[in-house]
Parts: sequence; structure tokens; C-alpha cells
Amino acid sequence: MNNSMIIGQYVPGNSLIHRLDPRTKILVIFFFVIVVFFANSVWSYGILTAFAVGTALATRVPLSFVAKGLKPVWFLIIFTFLLHLFVSRQGDILFTLLGFPFYEESLIQGGTLSLRFFLLILFTSLLTLTTSPIEITDAIEALLHPLKKLRFPVHELALMMSISLRFIPTLMQEAEKISKAQASRGVDFRTGSLKDRMSAIIPLLIPLFVSAFKRAEELAMAMEARGYQGGEGRTKIRALVFYRKDYFVFFFFLMIVAATIGTRM
Amino acid sequence: MELTFNEVTFIYSPGTPFEFKALEDLSMHVPSGSYTAVIGHTGSGKSTLIQHVNALLQPTEGSVQVGDFVMEAGKKNKNLRSLREKTGIVFQYPEHQLFEETVEKDIAFGPKNFGVEQKEIEERVTNALEAVQLTEDVREKSPFDLSGGQMRRVAIAGVLAMKPKVLVLDEPTAGLDPRGQKEMMEMFYTLHEREGLTTVLVTHSMEDALTYADDVVILNDGKKFMEGKPLEVFKRKEELKQVQLDVPEVLEFLEKVEKRTGISINYEKQPIAELAKELAFRLERRDDYE
Repeated sequence: MNNSMIIGQYVPGNSLIHRLDPRTKILVIFFFVIVVFFANSVWSYGILTAFAVGTALATRVPLSFVAKGLKPVWFLIIFTFLLHLFVSRQGDILFTLLGFPFYEESLIQGGTLSLRFFLLILFTSLLTLTTSPIEITDAIEALLHPLKKLRFPVHELALMMSISLRFIPTLMQEAEKISKAQASRGVDFRTGSLKDRMSAIIPLLIPLFVSAFKRAEELAMAMEARGYQGGEGRTKIRALVFYRKDYFVFFFFLMIVAATIGTRM
Repeated sequence: MELTFNEVTFIYSPGTPFEFKALEDLSMHVPSGSYTAVIGHTGSGKSTLIQHVNALLQPTEGSVQVGDFVMEAGKKNKNLRSLREKTGIVFQYPEHQLFEETVEKDIAFGPKNFGVEQKEIEERVTNALEAVQLTEDVREKSPFDLSGGQMRRVAIAGVLAMKPKVLVLDEPTAGLDPRGQKEMMEMFYTLHEREGLTTVLVTHSMEDALTYADDVVILNDGKKFMEGKPLEVFKRKEELKQVQLDVPEVLEFLEKVEKRTGISINYEKQPIAELAKELAFRLERRDDYE
């Protein structure tokens, strides 16, 4: 299995961050993403970085694991930085290396842009690291609830999301199992020309589709057998409740936001 | 071909919070041409063990030897193809791996991948169909139009068509009715004898292990718990109880008979009917004496 494929896989734990209401986490992240774009001074960036890193530490997820989740985006962050460094030419020349001038302004711009990027990804990945997919869908359903008045199918959307999330690991297991079975029959998924590798996928995809359809049908049948008929009047087994810790986190975050805005230049 | 496991340890996702040690310091030897049953509870490491046989998994520590082929921890393997051609693995629910338009094409898939010539492939398909007791008329059918039991036979035929020297069976009878189970186990035993295969059977069924296997290996928590001839292993009832395994019904029954009547009958894989006759005979004789 390729673990780095998923940005921030859920790591079960019992930290404060894990125990927060998922709605709290989503709301804080939503506003954090906006606030990051307000920062423009050393202080404001400092505060936000400290907040993000502090939160990451508070999750008690091993840092190596957090970093591994960021692996696919490191390239993007560094690329952004280098692009700014070499392409934009603003401000004074800071120093010259091997005949190439480095401009002060582009260094700062590249730096802040990459920092913003890093903060965004780090902070959002904390959501998926500390919140199970089911909690996330529950929270999204709750947060989107007002849209129901506009006849937006909130419940159905949440159901679709949770079903697909639920079956990702199952499908991955299934895919792994079938690919092993076919590898035992001599299929080589790793080497050969692009065309060879494309055709090696067919013996994997067809059984996967067959079982996915079969499973979908069985699931629909099982749901109906247990009386499922849509979201109308349906109660929840995991009711979402804001506790004192959630209010505390909101308050703390509000102070961070105020401090960030206050230290803007 | 013989199999040797040398102090094999296998760890899933090492270095992450999901790290899991599936095998620990496991050594075992399967002589060429023997029939070995691997028994253990869910999660005891059976499936991990068999994936080492054709290098789907590589030991984290230790080494695995299959014929001349050696897989050592931390070393890249070459020639996987020739190893995989010689080791056929029938996974759990093998019917899930079917994908071709016709039964014939699906069975031919393995040999084709290993570069067998077209003419020989056709011959192998015919033989494989016969070996799994399917009739010629399914040959042109879609595998998805067959019944569950037939689909499983087609999938098994697909493995047999590779002409493996080592056959690994991972609970091949799961989900079949009792009669289907017996037929399938008989079929594998016939193949084992006829082709001189080295067979490794992963199973929950003590009865199957007792009936067919030459050797039994019992796994618990990724470690080897017991090993030996079936009759010897199944004598150690108390130890088996520790790992929540039962003794085969036949042995349990004979033990109870001995306790109640004092008649001890040696079990040498006699059919049930014969055992019943012997028991009746000895009971009669005992009554005559009294």
C-alpha cells in the first residue's frame, strides 16, 4: 500500500484535537485558510506558524507521519519558492551568486508564498489525521444543513460521501488482493512499456468493477431490508454536541485571528 | 521443490503508527512432494506466510528458500517470473480473480503470461478443465455466467494450467457446501498424488488436516506454536486448547469411547464406516467375555 498517496490518513488517538467536535475543526480550518491570506508581516506569519505547529504537536501524531503526509506537496512548495526566486525581479539586488542576481523582494515573496502554502497544507492535513472520515461527513452534513431549505440534497450527499469513504479501504484491500492473485499468475505491474503496463491493469480493473457493483447492490438491498428510506425523520447515533473545550478552542482561535489582523502592516 | 523458512520475521508498514508484526522468527521446512497443513486462527499470520512462498512479500528479517530460489531480507529479487511460474497460489475466494470473456481465455491467462506456446496452452486448458472436473462445454462460456462453485473451479484451473511444482491453497473450500468441500479436497489430494506436487494447505479444518496432510504446522500470533505429524500434534489436546483450537471430531470421539468402555482403537485414517465396524466388533467381543 502506498501510504503517502493520501494526504493525512486518519491516525486514531486521544488528544484534545482528536476529541474536538468535528464541526469545530472544520470551521477553524475554514477560517484559518482565509486568515492565512491576511497575514503580511513577520509577526502575523509568526503567530500563524506557531499556532499551526503548536496544533500539529498537540495532536500527538508522530511528526514523521505528519511530514510523510506532506510528502507529495513538498515539491510544489519548493517549486513555488524557486520560481519566485528566479523569475520575478523586484526590489534591490541582495547579493549575486555565480553571476545570478538575487532580488530582495522576490526572495521575500517566494518565501512568504511557500510559507502560506505550507501552513495551508499542514493545517488542513491535521483534520484528516485526527478525524475519522465518518466524523467528517457527519460534520459536513450538519454544517450544510441550512442548504436544505434551498432543496439541496444534503443528506443524500453526506450518505454518498460516507459510503464512498467507507468503501475506499475495502476497495483498496480488494485491489491488493486481486493484484496479488494476478501477479501470481505472471502479470507484471511494475516493469515493461507503458502499453504493457496499461494492459496489465485490465485483469485488475475488471474483477474490481464486478465486485464493486455486486457490493453496491448488496448494500442497497441490506439498507432497504433494514427500513432505510432517506433522511426524513432519521435520528443520529452520534449526535454532535459542542462542549466546553470546543468553545475554548473557538475563543482561542478568535484571539489568534485578532492578533494576526492586529500585527498586519 | 522444497520450501524452507529461516527465522522469518515480517512487519507490515514498519515505522508508522500502523506497524504490525505478522510473522515472528518463524522457521519451517516443507520437504519436496509433501502435503503440509498450516493451521491457525484469523490473524495468526497464515496468509502472510503463504505470500512469502512466491515473493509477493519479502521477509523483513530472515530468508525464504523455494527450490534454488533464495529470498533474503533487504535484497532485491530477480527472476521472480520463473519462481511464480513454479508456485501456484490459490487464494481465498479465487473466483474473484476471473476477468476474461471466456473460461478458456481465463485459464490460458497464466500460461500466456509465462510465455507458453499457443498449442501447448490449449492442451493445458483441456487438462486443467479435466483436473477440476468441469465439462468441455463451459470452455466457451463467460466465467460470469457460471455458478459460484464452477467459477471457483475455473479459477483453480487457471492456477493449475501454469503447471506449478508447488501448490499453495488458502482455505480453498471456504463458502462451499459440505459436499462441495469434500469433493474439492479430494480433487486436490488426487492432483497432489498424481503430479507429485508439494502442497501447502492453509485451513481452519482439523478434519482436513488430519485426513490429507503429512505434516501439520500450527501458528499462533505470528509464531510457530506446534509442528509435527497430524496424529502426534492432535494428541496434545491441552496445548491446542490454549490457542482455541479443537481436536478433530474423530479423535475426540475415539478418546471418549476409550474413557467410557476401555476400548482403544488406533486411528490410521480409516473411513468412518470401518471404524464403526471395528468398534461394533470389539464391543460384541467384550460383551461375550462378560
